[in-house]
Amino acid sequence: MTKIEYVAIADQVDQSNHPSTFLTKYIWSQDHKVIAIQYSITAIAVGLVALVLSGIMRLQLGFPNEFSFIDPASYLQFVTMHGMIMVIYLLTALLLGGFGNYLIPLMIGARDMVFPYLNMLSYWTYLLSVFVLLASFFVSGGPTGAGWTLYPPQAILSGTPGAHAGILLMLTSLAIFIVAFTMGGLNYVTTILQARTRGMTLMRMPLTVWGIFVATILGLLAFPALLVSAIMMIFDKVVGTSFFMPAILSLGETLDHSGGSPILFQHLFWFFGHPEVYIVALPAFGMVSDVIAIHARKNIFGYRMMVWAIIAIGGLSFVVWAHHMYVSGMNPYFGFFFATTTLIIAIPTALKVYNWLLTLWRGNIHLTMPMLFAIGFIFTFTHGGLTGLMLGNVVIDLPLSDTFFVVAHFHMVMGVSPIMVLFAAIYHWFPLLTGRFLDNKLGKFHFWGTFLGTYAIYLPMHYLGFLGVPRRYYAMGDTDFIPESAQTLNAGITVSAIIVGLVQFIFIANVIWSTFKGKKSGRNPWQATSLEWQTADFPPGHGNWGEQLPQVYRWAYDFSVPKVKDDFIPQNLPSEEVEYLTSERNNDRGKK
Amino acid sequence: MTIAFVIILLVIATLVFHFISPWWFTPLASNWQTIDNTINLSLWVVGAVFVVVSLFLAFVIIKFRHNKNRRADYEPENNKLEGWLTLVTTLGVAAMLAPGLVVWGQFISVPENSKIVEVVGQQWHWSYRLPGKDGKLGKTAIKLISEENPFGIDVNDINGADDLLVKSNELHLLIEQPVKVLLRSKDVLHNFAVPQFRVKMDLVPGTVTFVWFIPTKLGRYELLCEELCGIAHFTMRGYIKVVSASDYQTWLTSLPTFTQTLARDTANIAQGKQLYTGCVSCHGIDGQGNEAMNAPKLMGLSRWYLHRQLSYFKRKIRGQNSDDLYGQQMSAMSALLPDDKAIADVSAYLSSLTAIESIPVSTGDAIKGKAFYKNCSYCHGEHAQGNYAMNAPKLAGQYPWYLKRQISSFQQGIRGAHPADLYGKQMILMSKTLHDERAINDVVSYINSLTNVR
Repeated sequence: MTKIEYVAIADQVDQSNHPSTFLTKYIWSQDHKVIAIQYSITAIAVGLVALVLSGIMRLQLGFPNEFSFIDPASYLQFVTMHGMIMVIYLLTALLLGGFGNYLIPLMIGARDMVFPYLNMLSYWTYLLSVFVLLASFFVSGGPTGAGWTLYPPQAILSGTPGAHAGILLMLTSLAIFIVAFTMGGLNYVTTILQARTRGMTLMRMPLTVWGIFVATILGLLAFPALLVSAIMMIFDKVVGTSFFMPAILSLGETLDHSGGSPILFQHLFWFFGHPEVYIVALPAFGMVSDVIAIHARKNIFGYRMMVWAIIAIGGLSFVVWAHHMYVSGMNPYFGFFFATTTLIIAIPTALKVYNWLLTLWRGNIHLTMPMLFAIGFIFTFTHGGLTGLMLGNVVIDLPLSDTFFVVAHFHMVMGVSPIMVLFAAIYHWFPLLTGRFLDNKLGKFHFWGTFLGTYAIYLPMHYLGFLGVPRRYYAMGDTDFIPESAQTLNAGITVSAIIVGLVQFIFIANVIWSTFKGKKSGRNPWQATSLEWQTADFPPGHGNWGEQLPQVYRWAYDFSVPKVKDDFIPQNLPSEEVEYLTSERNNDRGKK
Repeated sequence: MTIAFVIILLVIATLVFHFISPWWFTPLASNWQTIDNTINLSLWVVGAVFVVVSLFLAFVIIKFRHNKNRRADYEPENNKLEGWLTLVTTLGVAAMLAPGLVVWGQFISVPENSKIVEVVGQQWHWSYRLPGKDGKLGKTAIKLISEENPFGIDVNDINGADDLLVKSNELHLLIEQPVKVLLRSKDVLHNFAVPQFRVKMDLVPGTVTFVWFIPTKLGRYELLCEELCGIAHFTMRGYIKVVSASDYQTWLTSLPTFTQTLARDTANIAQGKQLYTGCVSCHGIDGQGNEAMNAPKLMGLSRWYLHRQLSYFKRKIRGQNSDDLYGQQMSAMSALLPDDKAIADVSAYLSSLTAIESIPVSTGDAIKGKAFYKNCSYCHGEHAQGNYAMNAPKLAGQYPWYLKRQISSFQQGIRGAHPADLYGKQMILMSKTLHDERAINDVVSYINSLTNVR
């Protein structure tokens, strides 16, 4: 038996086959950086579709019965597609498929993902899921209008728009997406565990990698619940099984189903759905931590606490799901348990907010574009997180559940906040991709429009919820309990929403313009410590590191270390090469 | 720097908005003051945290903004500070959670002296059932639901015989009487929500859920479905009327028992034909209608629909609006039908006539109309044939001029706005999806074409 000699990945010579043709370089690429860009462009493109859909919804709510192309059926279809696209096909894909792909190998000092071919397959499978999803706009009956939660029985019954081809395409697309995610996700986890370069211990990883790592594990555990519920619902619809279908009528006719449980679906859906919130939030937490530290020139405060908070939040996120179901008719005693776990999860989350603030405290804050968005994030996330404390507290959910308060809360915490981080991240890492900065003037316009505009949308929206305005209503009509002024408020929200929507096109224009004409950034423009900025070539080429993988000597947050000449020490700089201000050589305090 | 001042301004603006906002909870009309108290407590706590955190953020940005001559501190950890922050946060969270759990304990313990009411949801209507003198509700099953037995009550269950049925979207409740509302759905998920009562709960097909409260204020409150239940979700409204003891008794005695509803079919077609002679001058000898007299076609319409409309005219629920000239006429003429029996007879007679389906073709674009009609088809049927289970009358075969006039009457609230018009509000909301006269013409042409095809 021949023995295969073991060589640590970090010691292996560069054996990458560098692609030479346009097709292998940019289309069928196995380079994680190209795949990341493919993921990002697709996600942003489909996200723009969802943005337009939200604008149409807002037109109906702000100015009911003014626009004849929005009828009750298409309204519900727009609501559904907007929600599903934003949560799954934009946020999940962009944060993990986009940023995860780009940053993991670069930040941990790997040449690529450990399974590059699988990585490529993941993207193309994702693209297929997007096409299947969008195809539902062109089939008879249109896309499903069951709401993004797709609750049966109505999702597959004739009283709901798109209950035939539309819902089947949606469920199929989700199943395909989950296949894509699993291929990507296994890759991210394996890469982080196996391909870290020499010296890159887990507790030296930047928080970005930690966030993406834990989020991916959550995804790998949570998405199967969605997959099985999608398959079971397809069976109920096509084969006539009764997983989720009790004996019921549909528009007056008795159906053949019996014995199924609609609440079973809700448990499965939210067993996926709640971790999904953190699949989006944790990478955002990680990235914003790094942006804040770098642009405030200060180490992240309480790094170990931040890591454990990410892990704790990830773990707890699997035992809070039924707080989405307080009024679902489940066993009422569950309320005690899930309210308690839900409020417990607020503690590690609050600590993260404190630590961001304490990172800024006695920092040297550069109000760059990434920092502005990061500050915007802290504000909106605090706001959205606090209203979550209310809704999680079971009895408060009784009057507010299914009203616009819920809509405002989750848009604040899961829409605006992660998107603030995405923008911070795009402005921050754009030079790494292109060697150029995004334009600052357009950026300012984009930031203020987005930050102020979204607050003008969602702050008043909470008050519609207090009033009792239900969500997913095509129109309120005249009611006794809602004053006419509420309609004025709704119109104002719509105007803000349209402005926020338009401002995003400035951002798109900025990206396109700056890619070709933007100001040259030079190497490591933000003077960051993490590895992705320390590559041999800038921007990094295929294989990332040239001949030799970097060696890591310290954590990612050695900013403004006392007595050191520069205000940052790159992770791969040996202690001997650190330049000091005085002759006296201290022990390197940054080594953790 | 601007960002810091903007954050301070946003905090101020948020507080100002909060305190001057006229948009707040509706006045409470139930015993759930404790829920309101929990909300207020939580709001104060989270509001204070929001203000403190945001202002601290602004302060830090101003104080530690970039300065070339200063270096940031180097402070990786501070266990003591982190420990204190954890402790304070935990205490704050516990302070909010504890009262919440106590109130939830109240919410799930139904008082012993509660009376039972069953609320039945279906796409997109409410109906109600009360136990009779025995205090027990009869068993039900989906497969037993039929036109005669819309609640699906088991005739073999003795408890069901005296159940009181409310086939209307309005439920009356006795003031200060604790009530346990049993929630049952015939088709999909719905949600029983009355903003003034604060509590809500889903109706789940296949099981019976419940919610309890004590109505504490006289009045008529809107009941909304707050769980997406299909295309007409937003029109699924009902009313809960909280009344005094004497009014409640009157209402109870007006309700038929299950046995009575089964035995009701005593309509006499011959008698109906006799009564109809008073109507022929306008509606024609066979109920074929007459445009010159503004009289719609009646032949072949469903009995239950004719019955409902005639009794609306008679009870001054329809035809009272000053803009509804022909409705007023009809309301006056309904005096020819002395009682409910007469209405039943004449309805039975007219529905027994075979409809002649050929009618004058209208002028709209039927192809465009088909797209509009999609929204109507869920209730009125793909061929506009009507559907008893959805409480939706047949439209096919009716004169275009009549349909157009009714649609625009619904839009303007000339028809359907009376509080006792059960499904009028739904039609008002749905008719508004037709945005102009052309859309109305188109949809009517499409309905018209359905007739001519057959």
